[in-house]
Amino acid sequence: MKKLQILGTGCPKCKKLAENTDAAAKALGIEYDMVKVTDINEIMKFGVMMTPALAVDGQVKVVGKVPSPEEIKKMLA
Amino acid sequence: MDFKSEWKKLLLIAAVFLAFFYLPVGKPRFDSAVMESLQLVRWYAREHVLLCLVPAFFIAGAISVFVSQASVMKYLGAKANKVLAYGVASVSGSVLAVCSCTVLPLFAGIYRMGAGLGPATAFLYSGPAINVLAIILTARILGVELGIARAVGAVAFSIIIGLLMHLIYRKEEAAKAASQAAMPEPVAARPLWKNGLYFASMVGILVFANWARSGDMRAIFLCCPGGLSTYAVEGRIVQKTEQTVTVVDTKGNTHTLPAALLQGTENLQKNNANESIYKFRWAIVLALLAVFVYMVGRWFNRAELTEWVGATWGFAKQILPLLLFGVFIAGFLLGRPGADHEGVIPATWINKAVGGNSLRANLLASVAGAFMYFATLTEVPIVQGLMGSGMGKGPALALLLAGPALSLPSMLVIRSVMGTGKTVVYVTLVVIMATITGMIFGAWF
Repeated sequence: MKKLQILGTGCPKCKKLAENTDAAAKALGIEYDMVKVTDINEIMKFGVMMTPALAVDGQVKVVGKVPSPEEIKKMLA
Repeated sequence: MDFKSEWKKLLLIAAVFLAFFYLPVGKPRFDSAVMESLQLVRWYAREHVLLCLVPAFFIAGAISVFVSQASVMKYLGAKANKVLAYGVASVSGSVLAVCSCTVLPLFAGIYRMGAGLGPATAFLYSGPAINVLAIILTARILGVELGIARAVGAVAFSIIIGLLMHLIYRKEEAAKAASQAAMPEPVAARPLWKNGLYFASMVGILVFANWARSGDMRAIFLCCPGGLSTYAVEGRIVQKTEQTVTVVDTKGNTHTLPAALLQGTENLQKNNANESIYKFRWAIVLALLAVFVYMVGRWFNRAELTEWVGATWGFAKQILPLLLFGVFIAGFLLGRPGADHEGVIPATWINKAVGGNSLRANLLASVAGAFMYFATLTEVPIVQGLMGSGMGKGPALALLLAGPALSLPSMLVIRSVMGTGKTVVYVTLVVIMATITGMIFGAWF
């Protein structure tokens, strides 16, 4: 069970990142739980200042850009 | 029927019904306001979308993809040189904050994990005002002076506000231990000069495609019922009868105005260099375009280009509908510039509230701007409408400086980051600064 967190205040790029992550996780067939973190102070606790960002099991993997589902797959594996 | 869950919908339907029931169709003011808003939207679509906004979207997309944001953020990190941090914070908005939704996380990040309160507030203030799209559209629609004044004013005052915030809270700042932020890794794909040429050719295309003819005279008209202020049109007089004067301005728009409002004309020196560039502008644009296509083909790989086009499309999708809707609303409420082009709100009201360059007009404009929420770029048509109804240039700048930087929703987020006290101080500083800048600008031009 992977815990995937999308960090972002709700801009279009954050939604795109959530979509791509969803697609990547589904393609890999892993069990996961995706949460959107929208509170700015919560986002800061990850040490992230450029949104959107993706954290896998609490570890920040991407900051400030939207990778393709293919790239996200590598981060989840 | 479950009344508890349905009553909101009922209320909504009733409200919409009542609005239609009492729709003032046929009342001259309402009908002309609708016409004004349609005219204004058409004018934007014809004159500004293809030549100005489309290239601007490509530039904004390129900035978000090809300018390494990580290398800019390096100067705003915890270990950064403090003096340099203020300078970088005050101008980096043009690179980092093309989308207004990225300003607040960056601000919180610089405050908590980076260079501290001063640079963070400097960034927060200048960021929304100096993003490329905002400057291009302001200069194009409201005039070059206001565009430059907006950018320069935002940079200068962001440093002052940042320093003041730092001085007011310096004890607290000294006690704070900063943690290091997670940064995206910088990617260097090609030498700087190649990126530089790529951006320069895009900016060149934008500038030359919009090259305006120099006018040979300036006509000054009385503005608005009551005639409390004046406005000038630069261009050529094509027709002058007893009743009306027709002027074609430097952007190619025709203004037909009552002859009674004409106060006078003055001749302008024709600028030869300007005229010849105007004559050859399409040849220059085509040449630049050819160079641009060559560069894109040779220096960029497929993945980069897809990302660039994707980012450009993202901006267009996000901003165009909001902007055109904003133009429509601004046209409905305020009408187009010029006499006899009123919207729903009478020009005399606006003239009374923010006409001229008094302290009161400037203060009112900056307070209103600080609390109002503007969607990306919509501040431009709104200020255009207000100026057309008699708002002075000083209050216009005050509104542009206080408006996009602050809104009620953003104040709430800022408060959650740095607390009530600092937020109140910040908002007060912004309002005071915007008012003062507006007054200085208004006195000058």
